[in-house]
Amino acid sequence: MGMTMTQKILARAAGVESCRAGELLMCRLDLVLGNDITGPVAINEFFKMGATKVFDPAKIALIPDHFVPNKDIKSATMAKQMRDFARAQQIVHYYEVGRVGIEHALLPEQGIVAPGEVIIGADSHTCTYGAVGAFSTGVGSTDMAVGMATGECWFKVPEAIKVVLTGKMKPWVSGKDVILHLIGEIGVDGALYQSLEFTGDGVASIDMDGRLTIANMAIEAGAKNGIFPVDDICKAYLAERVDREWTAFEPDEDAEYVRTVTINLDELDMTVSLPHLPENTKPARECAELAIDQVVIGSCTNGRISDMRAAAAVLKGQKVHDRVRCIVIPGTQQVVKDCLAEGLVDIFIDAGAIFTMPTCGPCLGGHCGILADGERAVSTTNRNFVGRMGHTGSEVILASPAVAAASAVMGRVAVPEEIVG
Amino acid sequence: MKVHSTVIKYGDHVDTDVIIPARHLNTTDHAELASHCMEDLDKDFKKKSETSKIIVAGRNFGCGSSREHAPIAIKASGIGVVIADSFARIFYRNAIDIGMPIIECPAASAAVSNGDELIVDMDTGVITDVTTGEEFKAAPLPPFIQEIVNCGGIANYVRRKIEA
Repeated sequence: MGMTMTQKILARAAGVESCRAGELLMCRLDLVLGNDITGPVAINEFFKMGATKVFDPAKIALIPDHFVPNKDIKSATMAKQMRDFARAQQIVHYYEVGRVGIEHALLPEQGIVAPGEVIIGADSHTCTYGAVGAFSTGVGSTDMAVGMATGECWFKVPEAIKVVLTGKMKPWVSGKDVILHLIGEIGVDGALYQSLEFTGDGVASIDMDGRLTIANMAIEAGAKNGIFPVDDICKAYLAERVDREWTAFEPDEDAEYVRTVTINLDELDMTVSLPHLPENTKPARECAELAIDQVVIGSCTNGRISDMRAAAAVLKGQKVHDRVRCIVIPGTQQVVKDCLAEGLVDIFIDAGAIFTMPTCGPCLGGHCGILADGERAVSTTNRNFVGRMGHTGSEVILASPAVAAASAVMGRVAVPEEIVG
Repeated sequence: MKVHSTVIKYGDHVDTDVIIPARHLNTTDHAELASHCMEDLDKDFKKKSETSKIIVAGRNFGCGSSREHAPIAIKASGIGVVIADSFARIFYRNAIDIGMPIIECPAASAAVSNGDELIVDMDTGVITDVTTGEEFKAAPLPPFIQEIVNCGGIANYVRRKIEA
């Protein structure tokens, strides 16, 4: 029996020839990630275990991105705890405010993740790095602590769903629409404990930022990981960023999949997820009756330069609706610089949007854009659970940057064709 | 180990944002996390959990964020076991890691009602609904996982192994 991409990566990291779904493997880790919320819990557990030194200071990333710049005294205390630990342990990939960005935007951008690597992160969206052909998955703080102490983690080898992408996306359709559509098809637990392995000729029409968006939300289908093949587009992306050796894995021809889902990109339309589950999907153009109060464009899902460009292409020369607050949150400092260089910041500000510092901020109801009772937002983030972005009486509609920007202008759910050609 | 108590019943897809909203993630203090547990789903959870020590829920319990604060908040609220049709995988792993007993049992999840009196035998996986007289058999956690849970989590488990 052949192996999937994920199974091959796990087998290599465990030092075995092959593995099958359901097997338990102890794997060597290439990177252990934590943030300012999950990191402090992990640090407490690390010392509780009796550990004193991390297994490799170069293979740990501690990224303060959720509640920084510190939003209150308690958050400041947690950020300080992680900073002190990072200094004491001489953690290589610790980034201070001013250099830091949203973890899942920053790490791929800086070449800290590469194909074939095994990565755990105490953040559910760690699955993002499947876009570069890595096995990466979210864990809790205690698993992160064990990973920091030992450099290892045990995994149950997952079964896989094969997601075949065919055709080519229409103008304004993006990776976000692909993943929202998929979650709508299979449900928020449709891939529970399984891998989502993306393949097909349609992959070539999706740029790296789009693939990062897709892999990022694998968790929203319950998946353990989402993973893409390492093609020429991916190799070109890596060439500018990664200078260490890496190994790409392809699935065997006789790899076993529990299910195949095919998405014809030619027919895919812009998609939104209505409250309060990501699986409540609907074509964006059928939701024009939904008036909104706020738009958020950013997050680990859609805070990359392609996302900023898509939003700016809609907002150029337009005005954000009187009733709407439009908050644009670049994912990293590099994205900020690119936005400045390309004139996108002027477009956002002239349209009446605010352009902020990189942060997870409002996505999880942290800060920088909390919703009041009865308010509704269109957001390019990843979850629309009850109370996710603020009051339990508020609502979040998930969408792509292009749809979010069009909605900001119209004051209701809208598609770009209503504004630009 | 047995848990004998009344049931607090919830539906499908109880997510980590309602188990412990992110606005309370600026602390690692277990008691403080417990004081906000489930507040966005069930305003009366705190009061209910004073007497009811068993949560029974539907599919995909604990979906969403990887925050370990979620099982910590439930455990620190005094809940003795969570029974669900299925668990989201990160929550499942976190619960074991911090010593929060959980059991997957679709039959019990479907049949048990809010307020029922339950006896849950963690060693055998037998769940008895004293109120209705029904009995359900779930797969118990394997012995080594039970040992982790009984130690109060994997940190204590590892520490004991090191010290042994």
